[in-house]
Amino acid sequence: MEFLLKPLTLLTFFPLLGVLLILFINAEAKNIIRWVALITSLITFGISLWVLAMFDASNVNLQLVARYDWITVAGWNIQYFLGIDGLSILLVLLTAFLTPISILSTWTAIEERVKDFMIFFLLLEVGMTGVFLAQDLFLFYIFWEFTLVPMYFLIGIWGGPRRIYAAIKFFLYTMAGSILMLLAILWLGIYGGTFSVPDLIAQGNIPADIQWWLFLAFTAAFAIKVPMWPLHSWLPDAHVEAPTAGSVILAGVLLKMGTYGFVRFNLPLFPEAAVRAAPWIALLATIGILYGAMVSYAQADVKKLVAYSSVSHLGFVMLGLFAMNPQGIAGGILQMINHGLSTGALFLLVGMIYEQTHTREIKVYGGLWKITPVFGSIMLIVSLSSMGLPGLNGFVGEFTILLGAFGSKAINNTAYAIASALGVIMAAVYILYMFQKMFLGPQGEIVDEVKKHGHGLRDLNWREIVTVVPLLIFIFWIGLYPKPFFALMAPAVEHLVGMLPIP
Amino acid sequence: MNLTPQDYQVLTPYILLTAWACVLLLADLFIPRERKSITALLAALGLAVTLGVTLSQVGIEQTGFFGMAVLDGFSTFVNALLLVSGILGIAIAHDYVKRMGIERGEYYTLLLFSVSGMMLMAQAADLIIVFIALELLSIPLYVLAAFARPQLSSEEAGMKYFLLGAFATGFVVYGTALVFGATGTTSLAGIVAAAASPSTSTLLLTIGAALVLVGFGFKVAAVPFHMWTPDVYQGAPTAVTAFMAAGAKIAGFAALLRVFATAFSSLAVDMTAVLWALAALTMILGNVIAISQTDIKRMLAYSSIAHAGYILMAFVPYGNPAVRDVSIAAGLFYLAAYAFTNFGAWSVVIALEKKEEKGLAIADYAGLGRKHPLLAAAMTVFMLSLVGLPPTLGLVGKVYLFRAVIAGGFTGLAIIGVLTSLISAYYYLRVVVTMYMKDGEPETVRETWLGFTTGLSAIVTVVFSLLPQSLFAWASEAVLKLF
Repeated sequence: MEFLLKPLTLLTFFPLLGVLLILFINAEAKNIIRWVALITSLITFGISLWVLAMFDASNVNLQLVARYDWITVAGWNIQYFLGIDGLSILLVLLTAFLTPISILSTWTAIEERVKDFMIFFLLLEVGMTGVFLAQDLFLFYIFWEFTLVPMYFLIGIWGGPRRIYAAIKFFLYTMAGSILMLLAILWLGIYGGTFSVPDLIAQGNIPADIQWWLFLAFTAAFAIKVPMWPLHSWLPDAHVEAPTAGSVILAGVLLKMGTYGFVRFNLPLFPEAAVRAAPWIALLATIGILYGAMVSYAQADVKKLVAYSSVSHLGFVMLGLFAMNPQGIAGGILQMINHGLSTGALFLLVGMIYEQTHTREIKVYGGLWKITPVFGSIMLIVSLSSMGLPGLNGFVGEFTILLGAFGSKAINNTAYAIASALGVIMAAVYILYMFQKMFLGPQGEIVDEVKKHGHGLRDLNWREIVTVVPLLIFIFWIGLYPKPFFALMAPAVEHLVGMLPIP
Repeated sequence: MNLTPQDYQVLTPYILLTAWACVLLLADLFIPRERKSITALLAALGLAVTLGVTLSQVGIEQTGFFGMAVLDGFSTFVNALLLVSGILGIAIAHDYVKRMGIERGEYYTLLLFSVSGMMLMAQAADLIIVFIALELLSIPLYVLAAFARPQLSSEEAGMKYFLLGAFATGFVVYGTALVFGATGTTSLAGIVAAAASPSTSTLLLTIGAALVLVGFGFKVAAVPFHMWTPDVYQGAPTAVTAFMAAGAKIAGFAALLRVFATAFSSLAVDMTAVLWALAALTMILGNVIAISQTDIKRMLAYSSIAHAGYILMAFVPYGNPAVRDVSIAAGLFYLAAYAFTNFGAWSVVIALEKKEEKGLAIADYAGLGRKHPLLAAAMTVFMLSLVGLPPTLGLVGKVYLFRAVIAGGFTGLAIIGVLTSLISAYYYLRVVVTMYMKDGEPETVRETWLGFTTGLSAIVTVVFSLLPQSLFAWASEAVLKLF
């Protein structure tokens, strides 16, 4: 019983209760299923707030630890080990926050097989939360791989026309990286005698050449997930084909699992190798920033545009993390949250208009702001946040990252920071291009097209506004007063930087 | 020649099961044709009683019959696994043979004889016993493969299996003869002693061991001795295939593990490289060819070949005393995981199969997720387990194996192992894709014992992956008695 009542256990597995309930509801009772899923995820969010209330930011160690022996025979030493610290708390909150929003966004968008959809969605939440809380490598791997399965179904069943291709590509790509990580995990388990991350970090002393290989194996898994250029090609397919709620979670949380992996495992477990790799990672990150921005600009499909912008934004995160100083890492973590909020909101908004028009081609839109003023205004705020306008959240993250990258001893080359700053300008180009084409100028052909079939385009309804407004609150909050967010992670970040042997 | 009760104790499960099978063969004559369920029940009862006896032997270690048979943790584990496979083999067949119109009492007796041969194989401490056990387990299987007579594909399967099986047995016998020539004995303990003496011809011994390996390579369907597998698996009645895929594999690997780890441990230097290559080839070829299959039985046949490759990995470090026990335990655990997953997957195949070999294309699974959500969910569990994804036994089994291989210093082989797992994800997922993401109107049958097999396998596959402690502990105690 004590095991189940640990706050982190409860936080991770509470959605399973919703799954069990939904299993016993008739598949035709779609609204009841939706409400059960929504309430489950809201209670889970409540639990995450409770965890936040108990969290002590000044303590750099793992907190609220739930640690039990799991498999301890035949030379195995695997533990059920959950814990939270300043590096993960924001991501845990983000997961719990985005899930109910995504569920709310499916209210009218998902009409087919609602029961299956909600079951997979709640299972996905279990996996994602587990990834951010697991402190035993084996347990982490189980959660990590497990997230693949529900996401694969979400894309493959409820996705667009090329959904099967996208689902399989997503699955195989991600698995390709993670199985190499599995071997590295096993190696660590054999030679360290434990899978517990804090214990392995405390032991240290992995020979430099082996550390390098292990670092590469972990990097394979995380770099694909982020995704870093040139391993990003699964992302546009998965994003474009996924249903809106799937895209939101994919961009908002799943990609963060990759960047989080770098912070949680690669930096502290293999510090020498990480320092050695820093300039290379920075190079790839910079290429990703510029490449993502350029390709975004070339897209004719608005969802694809947002997808490629993720490649660019995640490049910033990677640049910040491998700057390996407090500004860089803190900015990187904050930017993970920002990207989850802004890109999540963008996908939601794109999904809302798509539900009415059934097309995502930019060129058929135009002059939407006049017809749907609320929608247009919210879109403008979110777009500006995504391109990093001062006063909104994106600016704070990107600015801190660039600050960190400029002063980084690990990267030791300001060229990357300068080139990346260009990426900020390019973001303005593709975002404003998209906004201008769709919302300003002469009325697009789609407006009449929709009118032919019914009442014409409508503005956002109450449910849709309720879905987006929480995101807007945080977009402003982080933009205007980011201090409480930095305060949550600062001690943990300082502690992490202290472990790195920076020249 | 005095036999003590101790001798009989060593082979109690085997003797009990063989006697039961003989009695059942006679009793079956008095059971009317329309009541063959009684035969099935009696056969299952025999297996269950033997399983009870086997479990009561946990922890006992002794030899008997002048060192020709041995009872140890290893054999107890394997026997228990074989008996459970036998019970599942009956559960999976009971409704199937009725539906396909091939219900005859001999089916169950043959199955019992085959299981008893497999059990003898796990306990053999002498190459002659290995040979006898091999024949005892194989001959009933040849007959079972052709059980759907006069259906041509089944007859062909039986014939093919028989010819190639006899050929493989020939290799084992010839190998045994060469080993005898080199060492002057066929007992495993004797071979160990003789191999240590400088007067023994290592060349002859090595060739003999290699020939034994070839023979068993056929039995466990390792590349390049796998050619018969797809045809036989496809042609044989599906219930037989399910039993064959699990039982013959377990028994073949049990014999290989025992013979190589004890008798031929001195040849490890030469054999390790050979086994390395065999394992790598089997994993690569099995998985790559499976991609292009459109028939579920053939796909699962190639998958079975691929899994033989994974289990072979457990052999590679067999000469290294530091990791030998771990790798044997890993091999056994993987066999257990494979057995349950295998029966589960085949039971779903049987649920969809129609007369005249209809309903066996992967395309026939379209729409299963919508029409029969539980069946499709179970199949998904089995497919995930075959790939090695959480939360299934397949993942735990693979992790256990890879750990043993890495601890043995064969990281390269482990990398091949995980990369081929990635390839396998493609074709296993295709089944899932078809079930959930394509539309169709699949027809299934609802049969009690078949459903029982599917449900039990799915539950075991998931629950034991989350709570593998007890199974791990048991597998790790299943060590070989050394001479």
